Amino acid sequence: MSTVIKPTPAAKPLRFATPIGGVAGTSFKPEHLPAILEAGPRRGFFEVHAENYMGDGGPPHRALEAIRRDHPLSLHGVCMSIGGPRPLDKAHLARFRGLLARYQPALVSEHLAWSTHETSFFNDLLPLPYTEATLACVCDHIDQVQEAIRRPLLLENPSTYVAFRESSMRETEFIRAIAERTGCGLLLDVNNVFVSANNQGYSALDYLADFPLSLVQEIHLAGHAAQADDEGDLLLIDSHDGPVADAVWKLYEIVIRRRGAVPTLIEWDSNIPDWPVLRAEAAAAQAILDRHQSAAPKGERHAA
Amino acid sequence: MLPDSGSSFAASFAQALLDPARSTPASVIGPNGKAAGRRYDVYRNNVTVSLIDALAAVYPAVQRITGTEYFRAMARFHVRSNPPTSPLLFEYGRGFPEFIEAYEHAQDMPWLADVARIERAWLDCYHARDAAPLSPVPLASIAPDRLAEVVFTPHPAMRIVRSPFAAVTIFAANRDGAPSARIDASIAEDALITRPDVEVVVRHLPPGGAVFALSLASGQPLGEAASAALEAAADFDIATNIAGLIAAGAFTSHALGDAR
Repeated sequence: MSTVIKPTPAAKPLRFATPIGGVAGTSFKPEHLPAILEAGPRRGFFEVHAENYMGDGGPPHRALEAIRRDHPLSLHGVCMSIGGPRPLDKAHLARFRGLLARYQPALVSEHLAWSTHETSFFNDLLPLPYTEATLACVCDHIDQVQEAIRRPLLLENPSTYVAFRESSMRETEFIRAIAERTGCGLLLDVNNVFVSANNQGYSALDYLADFPLSLVQEIHLAGHAAQADDEGDLLLIDSHDGPVADAVWKLYEIVIRRRGAVPTLIEWDSNIPDWPVLRAEAAAAQAILDRHQSAAPKGERHAA
Repeated sequence: MLPDSGSSFAASFAQALLDPARSTPASVIGPNGKAAGRRYDVYRNNVTVSLIDALAAVYPAVQRITGTEYFRAMARFHVRSNPPTSPLLFEYGRGFPEFIEAYEHAQDMPWLADVARIERAWLDCYHARDAAPLSPVPLASIAPDRLAEVVFTPHPAMRIVRSPFAAVTIFAANRDGAPSARIDASIAEDALITRPDVEVVVRHLPPGGAVFALSLASGQPLGEAASAALEAAADFDIATNIAGLIAAGAFTSHALGDAR
């Protein structure tokens, strides 16, 4: 008679201790799989966009299983629309939970942004005003996610190009309040800080001084592009299509000196280079992390 | 949260994202009172370009046939009138073949929509649930007088696309990059798309083959499926076709109909 196939394959035992410590990882791109497997297990981790692995089967899952066999995984959600006013998509949340059960990632994160409104999915990380009303809504959404996945989520600070007239809080204030109310951890995207600081006319160092660094459990680094705004002034675009800028590396080292070594990801999502180029960017981050491995996270010491 | 509290920002922000005729939402500004026109346009551009890219990723052969500029102009119309409703972009573009069929500037390529249908089915096959295909051996164990009663369970990755045009040949010529001889587009072709393991394979079914496979996939026993196929094509060869479907990984299991 017909063979019964289980819809959700059972999770394989985790081979890595968590937390994974101060290691550098990269985005996982399927075109790099042969080169990665040929080189064998390496120090570090791989991050994937959760939505790309929400199909039922086929080559994407084969690739992820192959990577996951020897390396810790970071599952990065892009489309939960946590920052939107609409109720979370229950089916999407169930898929997210299913992926966690199957792959047991060392890190799980999502964005302070929205991408769906009414029935339309816009495939972009859209901004939100920072008010008491949006704060309550975001916290409610994060509570729902954390309840579903039964572990803390890391929330990522956004890159933004506009501000809202109705905003009544600074972004750092808003993020700190979310973490306090929900117990979520934070993913600090240093490139996003640099991009938003330029675009919003504030100092990246002031932003970082005001950011709750002790709650940061992962860092993102990426490349950005330059355009101009209506007045012809520099407008930076979070493009993930090139190497990390020198100024972002400098900010990163400042963050690591204060925070201590935390898992750090090199994101590269378009104009994807050959694997050795991406690996070299991760090695540059690892060198900075290794200079600060022994230092206890200062933020935590203060908090203790 | 309370209805409407804080929800207006998303409604007004979303309204103009896919509509270039609308002005920048009044709710957004730049720093120090600067204008937000080009700033908001970054989001407009991200949304439209990324969704056109998503369609190009689903329909690479269509893009190769039409050329990039033509494809992106056509896709932009579709993106603006039919944005995705799921955050899973590999599910996007199910309405694109019908859009192409009705697209004013594509009327001289009546086969283009069917090439798109094969590409859509290819991607569904690629992401379908994994399952072990039926091995060719067990069928030999069934007594010849019971063969007509055998029913088959379709493989979750199996798809069939029928076309009154040479859509399979056109698809193949524009998907693998190999140069092809001149194609007579007027010859009807049916596609069988399967993924017995990792690789998606697109095959050209013989006359009657699609009727046969669709009949079996809908649960009809082998005898009835064969009759339907013979009605569609008088020279239909049952043994070759069932062996071909099984070898392609079209089924996961079989059983005697009366045992159900």
